[in-house]
Amino acid sequence: MRILIIEDDQVLAAGLKVGLGLAGMTVDLVGSCAQAGEALATTAFDAVVLDLMLPDGSGLDVLRGMRQRKDRTPVLLLTALDEVADRVKGLDLGADDYCGKPFDLDELAARVRAIGRRGGGRAAPCLTAAGIALEPSTLSATLNGQPLALSRREFAVLALLMEHPGAIRSKGEIEDRLYGWGEEVESNAVEVHVHHLRAKLGREKIETVRGLGYRVQVAP
Amino acid sequence: MSSLRRRLFAILVAATGIIWLCGILWIFVGAKAELEHVLDTRLQEAARMVDSLVAQNGPAFAAAASAAATPERYQRQLSCQIWSLDGRLLARSGSAPDVSLSDHAAGFSDRRIQGEYWRVYTIDNPAKGVRVLIGDRLGQRDQLAVDLVKGLSIPAILMLPLLGGLLWLSLGRGLRPLLAMAVELKAREADDMRPLQTQHAPAELLPLAAALNNLFAKVETARRHERDVTAFAAHELRTPLAGLKTHAQIAMAAGDPGVRQEALRHILLSVDRATRLVRQLLTLAKLESGLAAGQSERVCVGDLIEEIGAAAQPSGKDVAVRIDPALRDFTLTANRDSLAIALRNLHENALQHSPEGGAVVWNVTPDGRGIGVEDEGPGMPPEEISQATQRFFRGKRQTPTGCGLGLAIVEAVLREMGGRLVLENREGGQGLRAIAVLPPATSPCP
Repeated sequence: MRILIIEDDQVLAAGLKVGLGLAGMTVDLVGSCAQAGEALATTAFDAVVLDLMLPDGSGLDVLRGMRQRKDRTPVLLLTALDEVADRVKGLDLGADDYCGKPFDLDELAARVRAIGRRGGGRAAPCLTAAGIALEPSTLSATLNGQPLALSRREFAVLALLMEHPGAIRSKGEIEDRLYGWGEEVESNAVEVHVHHLRAKLGREKIETVRGLGYRVQVAP
Repeated sequence: MSSLRRRLFAILVAATGIIWLCGILWIFVGAKAELEHVLDTRLQEAARMVDSLVAQNGPAFAAAASAAATPERYQRQLSCQIWSLDGRLLARSGSAPDVSLSDHAAGFSDRRIQGEYWRVYTIDNPAKGVRVLIGDRLGQRDQLAVDLVKGLSIPAILMLPLLGGLLWLSLGRGLRPLLAMAVELKAREADDMRPLQTQHAPAELLPLAAALNNLFAKVETARRHERDVTAFAAHELRTPLAGLKTHAQIAMAAGDPGVRQEALRHILLSVDRATRLVRQLLTLAKLESGLAAGQSERVCVGDLIEEIGAAAQPSGKDVAVRIDPALRDFTLTANRDSLAIALRNLHENALQHSPEGGAVVWNVTPDGRGIGVEDEGPGMPPEEISQATQRFFRGKRQTPTGCGLGLAIVEAVLREMGGRLVLENREGGQGLRAIAVLPPATSPCP
């Protein structure tokens, strides 16, 4: 999952980046409403974690702007205000979930996964296709019931391909999912990850669609 | 309970009663004067008639005398006597007494006879040698006037309850807008501070409605301010805790020693921040409770700033600090610790907002009553200046280490001393100037 964190407190933001990174997410950070607008305009995220009190305005304005632009990216609000009225206001403005500060990192990660899942139109937490099962909450994978050791990036590539089994994902899409801004991307990184995955899963599981990208074989 | 309706009712009924009473009195006096005139004329005419009868009929005096006493509604009102000029009573009408009605020679006169007052007109007839006297009992005259007034008063008194009822109902109707306003206010939720609708309010209620609306607006502003402070406070207090907890969880979960080290470093940073926040909060609480008001002493501001500058934590930036030599001669009587807290906060703020290679300059204001500090930072957006001293307020150009209490503390110290804090952007948009304006009493002594 690629997520955007809009939080002005640098210590907390750094913690979120590392913490959610440990949960297998690719995290980008911005610290103001203005930067959030730019980030949302240029990059597709699977979920947004939004702090309500930002130096140049309210996170609710960012949320309102997103929903006015018909941006359907799921949003989780992070706020120090935990009065019911504040929560209701945020949810009614189009937020998908809510976490009060201070929060539990595991709970926050679970909530982000949940809104990402719903945003992707799925209900089951597990991704299954072609005998492969992925458990995003534990970053564990099985092939025909046998545990499979995958690196964080391999897991992310496979998870993207398995969100909609049979759908073609381009190399660019996969790169966007894997790497946040400022991360060095080797030109053949995606090929390398796919190569490793094929070695672990078997060649036929991931099909190359020439000129378009990759997809997971649906037929057994 | 005093009721406006009852009060108005009483006033209106009393006023109406007094006006009616005055009217009746006026009519009584006016009618009486008119009556006197008319009755006097009648006396005069009757006397002339009797006189002419006497002149024509000779000595048939009795007939003439009774002819004067015309039987009308006020029967036997007129009494007639005919006296010879030498003092014998020749004739009198039935209602006339036997004593002479008047001892006057001719014309009108008043006289009391056997306890009754009479009004008499006298004509002398020297040709026949008689004197004709026509009299009228004054008591009867008064009775006439009293009857007239009675005729007016009785309907008025009978009408009074009717008038009262009408007044009572009209007052109820007239006071309905007031009642409507009261009902609207009563039906409100305690936190409903919407202004009252005034477009249909009568002119007399407008000042009240306006005053109420004004009050509502003030309460609402105060409440919003309170809510803002609460929101800022919650943010400033809970965000470091959230960071702390997140990094602690990372440190526990991370397998990579590098990640764990980094998380622990952040935990330390967060604890430092929380410590600073707690210190600031305690300082503010102490200042607000007045506990900080300790002994005042002579403080040389220049030396104090120098100490603060020397003790300031290195910011890692190359910022020059310049202290105006005039400050060395600037001494005042104040609580040294409190003043040091305020000046340290101003100093730290100036350092934090200074760019690399910038300068922080302390000086005395031209009027000699304030201590100013200038930095070369970005300044403050004008709309934030009024909010800057609010607790937990952090503007757009915040620094990572701030918690929004520094300027609130400075202001609390200066207020305690009787001074105030003035913030202004420097001319040309080059940085901010903060001035601690001191009260005249603590002004510099050379």
